Amino acid sequence: MSTFFEALQQKFGAQVQSMSAEREQEVYLHVGDPDIRALVEYLRNEFQARLVTVFAEDRRSAEGVFFNYYVLEGKGDPRYLIVRAPVRADHPEFPSLSAQLPAVNWQEREIQDWFGLKAAGHPNPRRVALHDNWPDVHPLRKDFPLETLLPPFEGERHIYRPALGEGVFQVPVGPVHAGTIEPGHFNFAVAGEPILYLQLRMFYTHKGTEKLFEKLPIPKAVFLAESISGDSSFSHGTAFCQAIERVAQMEVPLRARIMRTILLELERICNHVADIGAIATDVGFVIANAHASRLKEMLASLNEQLTGNRLLRGMVCVGGVRRGWDAVQLVSLRAAIDAFASEFQDLIALIDSSESTRDRLELTGVLRPEKARDLGIVGVAGRASGMDLDVRRDHPYAAYGRYSFRVPVYQIGDVSHRMQVRVDEVNESLGILRSAAEESLHGEFCTQVPPISADRCALSAVEGWRGEIIHWIRTGPDNHLERCKINDPSLNNWPALVEAVQGNIIADFPVINKSFNLSYSGTDR
Amino acid sequence: MFKIIQKTIRTGIVTKAYPAELAHISEHFRGRPSNDSREVTVDYGLCVFCGLCAEASSDKAVRITQEFELATKNRRNLVLTAEYTLNADRTHRQLGTVRRGSGSVETDAKIVGQKARETIHKVLGRSLAIREVDAGSCNGCEVEIVALNNPIHDIERFGIQFAASPRHADMLLVTGPVTRNMELALLKTYRAMPEPKVVVAVGACGISGGIFGENYASLGGVDKVLPVDVYIPGCPPRPQALIHGILLAVGRLGEKLYHERGR
Repeated sequence: MSTFFEALQQKFGAQVQSMSAEREQEVYLHVGDPDIRALVEYLRNEFQARLVTVFAEDRRSAEGVFFNYYVLEGKGDPRYLIVRAPVRADHPEFPSLSAQLPAVNWQEREIQDWFGLKAAGHPNPRRVALHDNWPDVHPLRKDFPLETLLPPFEGERHIYRPALGEGVFQVPVGPVHAGTIEPGHFNFAVAGEPILYLQLRMFYTHKGTEKLFEKLPIPKAVFLAESISGDSSFSHGTAFCQAIERVAQMEVPLRARIMRTILLELERICNHVADIGAIATDVGFVIANAHASRLKEMLASLNEQLTGNRLLRGMVCVGGVRRGWDAVQLVSLRAAIDAFASEFQDLIALIDSSESTRDRLELTGVLRPEKARDLGIVGVAGRASGMDLDVRRDHPYAAYGRYSFRVPVYQIGDVSHRMQVRVDEVNESLGILRSAAEESLHGEFCTQVPPISADRCALSAVEGWRGEIIHWIRTGPDNHLERCKINDPSLNNWPALVEAVQGNIIADFPVINKSFNLSYSGTDR
Repeated sequence: MFKIIQKTIRTGIVTKAYPAELAHISEHFRGRPSNDSREVTVDYGLCVFCGLCAEASSDKAVRITQEFELATKNRRNLVLTAEYTLNADRTHRQLGTVRRGSGSVETDAKIVGQKARETIHKVLGRSLAIREVDAGSCNGCEVEIVALNNPIHDIERFGIQFAASPRHADMLLVTGPVTRNMELALLKTYRAMPEPKVVVAVGACGISGGIFGENYASLGGVDKVLPVDVYIPGCPPRPQALIHGILLAVGRLGEKLYHERGR
């Protein structure tokens, strides 16, 4: 590590100030200037580093400045490198990376909206996280109280890029959609049936989640983490608890880590099987969805049997899990895994037997690997387009180090392959579940939480069923948090949808959208 | 004379700031005799059913049940205040009276509106089209609402369907705290629905704002924006609880007011 730092110093001089290993998987690099474009370029070229996320923090009262944090991950390196760059309070501006790294487009604009720090040189600096009709406020600044009452809403003022030409139309859809889904606005420019391009507007469900984390005592904040995205309750809950456990330097008992692994995998297969059914529905194969949703219901009942809640809520806690499992529960778990596995094979055989379904899915909504790389696409969508990433393998947590599993990666990037990634992952998860359910689950399932000291930071990552979930926290006094940054994979992946729909017919939009199945709430927070 | 002034100055201010500050009272002082009871209030319209209350009360003052049919037409019915008598060590001895209510008082206009809607329920009774709007939820409620269409819960056996357009809908089923960014879309959807229409608020967030409450981005519960006919508690409500609440809203099932064991 020291040679790495020396090399950086030689190349960048006084810009790199110091480096500190907060813990094994987390290295902080402190730089003196907000312009880190050359540094990030160097890290990406020399170490094949990937920029995981970018976020800001208001440290004016403690350190007199704002900070931007750039989380990077090197290929095959289990550590995260977190570059911390100051942004002056009297000159709240930092050079934008978006021109060279389109992946941070929305994240930098989020910093502009929430902290009032200008991303100078951003190719599209318009508001993203606060809608255009909001007053000029920056809610994540420390001097902005959570309960601030803002003047009433005054109608839409967002201007979409016009689409011109003979026979070109714009089709606005949402935020209220035809089905039971979350709200967001899609503006299609179409020439006849094919889509020329799609403009997105999200953040309809923005409800002040990151700010609210600064208000709640830590044990209660676990429930807020479970409400970031309801279909990923356990993954977000676990990511949050892990962050606290890292700050408190707690050892989570093996029994709890195995139980968490089981529940994380149940959440994955539950959502994957639902998505497989929903993709079939969107091309008119409704009977496949009837079976898929029956299988999902099987798992929801199992979830309830194991945790008291169909969405696995109220189970994870700081230090482990809140309840152990008795012999009856373990028998149900093993029986359900076997029953599900055989039913799942039947479901996939049923879908494979329908040629018209395959025809609709193949080469529909293609996201090419080079685009996926530029846009920083993660999770299921990333793996279907050549992004060989999986937090479970690359940064093991819970009990994943104990089980072997394969990470499916394809290069085609169409709806069919996003579905295939899900099918493969369900099969891999069943393998993990079988091994984990055979382990002897004895001993403590939760350890006592020591007093949590203030002003400590930690990063935690979990491979949710959609992809990489990141939580970064700074603790405050009295069992509260100073800052909680949440990165749901949905935020990274929306630009992939924009890319994938181009040239497809508008009637295929629902199935393309479903093949990504991103969380609006996870994006908007 | 000088000594008197000197004495006064040396003594300084002795007046206590009560009631601005608390009165300093000896622990041996005998004040109001207490009947050793304690009141506990639970608001099912805010509850996320995490079960921590039952874990915290080692003497079983609160216990978790398997009951879930909590939907009600009256927000006040969701607030329960229980009075307990206490043992000498302040643990709970016996459950005394249980009261429903408190919280905001219904206005006359709202009660009249509710009566009008009750006649409407007779019209809508058999067949019903629902328009669902997520006004800011975490999508947990959506997961369970979607499950109403699966072969296990199959809400179509009641003649109930989900409609794509508000113009075809009789019922507006709303989840989530109403965010600032969704307020207008929710209002427009409601206005697009033909009369007669009913509104059902789903989940802790839909009822009260839930864990998100009211803040710069969240307006709180659905009834901050629209007149709500039925509230369905849960985080999220399980599919059967949703079915119960939907059937209650159209008068096909009654309210289930669980009675606590009283004195």
